[in-house]
Formats: sequence, C-alpha cells, structure tokens
Amino acid sequence: MTSVPNALDRRFRQAAAETGLLDVSFDVADTPIGPLLLAVSERGLCRISFDPEPERETESLARTFGVRVLRAPREVDDVRRELDEYFDGRRREFDLPLDLRGREGFSRLILERLARVPYGEVTTYKSLAVEAGNPRAARAVGTIMNRNPIPIVLPCHRVVGSNGSLVGYGGGLDRKRLLLDLESGRLDIP
Amino acid sequence: MMMEAMTIPPFERFYAENRDAVFAHLVRLLGRQRAEDAFQETFLRALRGYDGLRHGRYLRAWVFTIATRVAADEGRKRHPEPGAAIDGETADDRPAYAQIEHLAEELPEKERAAVVLRYGYDLSYSDIGAALGSSEDAARQAASSGVRRLRRRLT
Repeated sequence: MTSVPNALDRRFRQAAAETGLLDVSFDVADTPIGPLLLAVSERGLCRISFDPEPERETESLARTFGVRVLRAPREVDDVRRELDEYFDGRRREFDLPLDLRGREGFSRLILERLARVPYGEVTTYKSLAVEAGNPRAARAVGTIMNRNPIPIVLPCHRVVGSNGSLVGYGGGLDRKRLLLDLESGRLDIP
Repeated sequence: MMMEAMTIPPFERFYAENRDAVFAHLVRLLGRQRAEDAFQETFLRALRGYDGLRHGRYLRAWVFTIATRVAADEGRKRHPEPGAAIDGETADDRPAYAQIEHLAEELPEKERAAVVLRYGYDLSYSDIGAALGSSEDAARQAASSGVRRLRRRLT
C-alpha cells in the first residue's frame, strides 16, 4: 500500500491545527526523565502523561475535551520549551495557562493549592488537606495527586508523607526523587 | 453489536487508521501530484464534520466518500466538460452520489455504503472492500443485495 509521505503528514497536521478546530493537540517529548506526552487545548496545557503511548491517552483526552484530538507537534512547542528550561535548571515557575476541565470541586481546589507549592520545597498530603479546609482528607488528597492531569507543572512531586517519606508518584518513585533532587540542586540532569 | 465499533474514536486514531488507504485511493484517482492537495482537503473536511458524527461505524467508507467527492471537485476544476467520468453529473444536475444517497437511505448500513460507493462514486469493488474493511467479494455481495432490496422497494 502507498503510504502517506512524512512531509504531507506533517503538513496536514499543521493545517488541521491552524483551522482552530482541534479540541486537543499533542506530541511526545523526550525529556531527561523519559518520554512525556504533552497535550494542549485552546485554553491551555491540559495533560502531561508519563505513559508515552498516545493510544491510551488520546481516548481519555477525547472523553474530557472532545474527539478532535490530533498529534500536532508545533502546538506544544511552548510547553516543550518551558520543560526544557525546567530540566536545565533555568526555570522555577511555569508561565503556561492551564486547562483543568474535568477536575471540579475538591479536586480542583486541591490542584489549585498544589500549583502554589514553591520550587524546591515540599509539603504534605495532610497540609494540603488542612489548607483546603478538610483536615481528614489526606487520603483523598493522595488520590488526587495520583490522578494529577498535569504532573511536573502542577508539582505533585513536592507532596510527601507527614514523616517525610516519598509515599508514591504516578510516574514512579524514581522520577519523584529525581525531580526533588533536581530542584534542591543535588542533581544536574545531563 | 460491538460497542467499541460504534464509539467515535479520537481523530488521531481515525486519521492513523485511514490515511494510507485514502492516500492510495486518491493517487489512483488523481495521480501522485494532485493526490497530495486532495489528501489534505479530504482530512480537513473530515475534521470539520467529525464532531457531528453520531457513531463510529463505517468511518472508512465515510472518509472514502469525502475523498471521492474532493477528487470529483478537483476533476471538475481541471476538466469542466460535462460527462467526465469522475464528476458523475447526470441530467438532473444532481451528482450521482447525491441521488443514490437519497435512494439508499433506508438500506442496512453496510449495503447502503456499498451501493453508494459503487453506483454513486463508481468505486471498484476492491476499493469498496478496502473502504468497508471487508473483502472484494463481500463488497460485491453487499452492493448486489442492496440493489435487489431497492428494486423490490421500487417496484
């Protein structure tokens, strides 16, 4: 079978993005902690996933944001650039608009609190629960962290157990440790 | 009925599953050079219509009909003389696919797709088989049983 030439494929993806009709554009970026799937809607960054296999993630994106989900690399260039700067140690805060549709109520509140935990510091599940006015919800906060749609930019790696243990991370504990080490200056990621 | 086949997949999956077949189809209709422009136009039209789809059945047949329509428009631009094989215009000025789509509306879906692609767009049975995800023989059978059903209804 004749396959579509790469240049034509790229041209179509860009043209599709330029129509403004895409609900979500995504691409997979290589980073020092492995490939990440990055996705943006017209409102902003809506997903970062440690699972670089787009097949699973596009289904979930389609359910939340609409079916017109397409890989369109240039659309995530801003995200890619800010992440590169972050991993280089040149960026401590992200200037990206976020799209948190699909996360409402308590989850939304917690994620907004999470966004304010500063670079290089850690907080606990318990304190986030307390700040949100629900001190008994530490476990629920853990679940919300686990389902964080935009890890790294929403820094759930900065949330640890009350005894200082790392507890868990959607991308695996090794990555959590790596990100914390990067932020504390204990590590230069090549 | 398989639920999975009915859900509309993310556009990325639809595109990835159909781009090569659509491109090959357009190359056969228009030649390599013009197929490239028609390819982009086909999937842009598909993107525009995508969120209006009610189910995900026969998406390949759907995008093949778009591709064939785009190719017909291209053909009309290049060969404005009436009766050119590809544009399929008939005496009442409605393109063949429009007439046949209307006639075939009540056929079961697979038969309808086969009849429309065969008689509305003049696709070969092997293309129709590719469009419907079945064999050439199955496409021939679906079209002929669709035509029999239409004939019974019209007489």
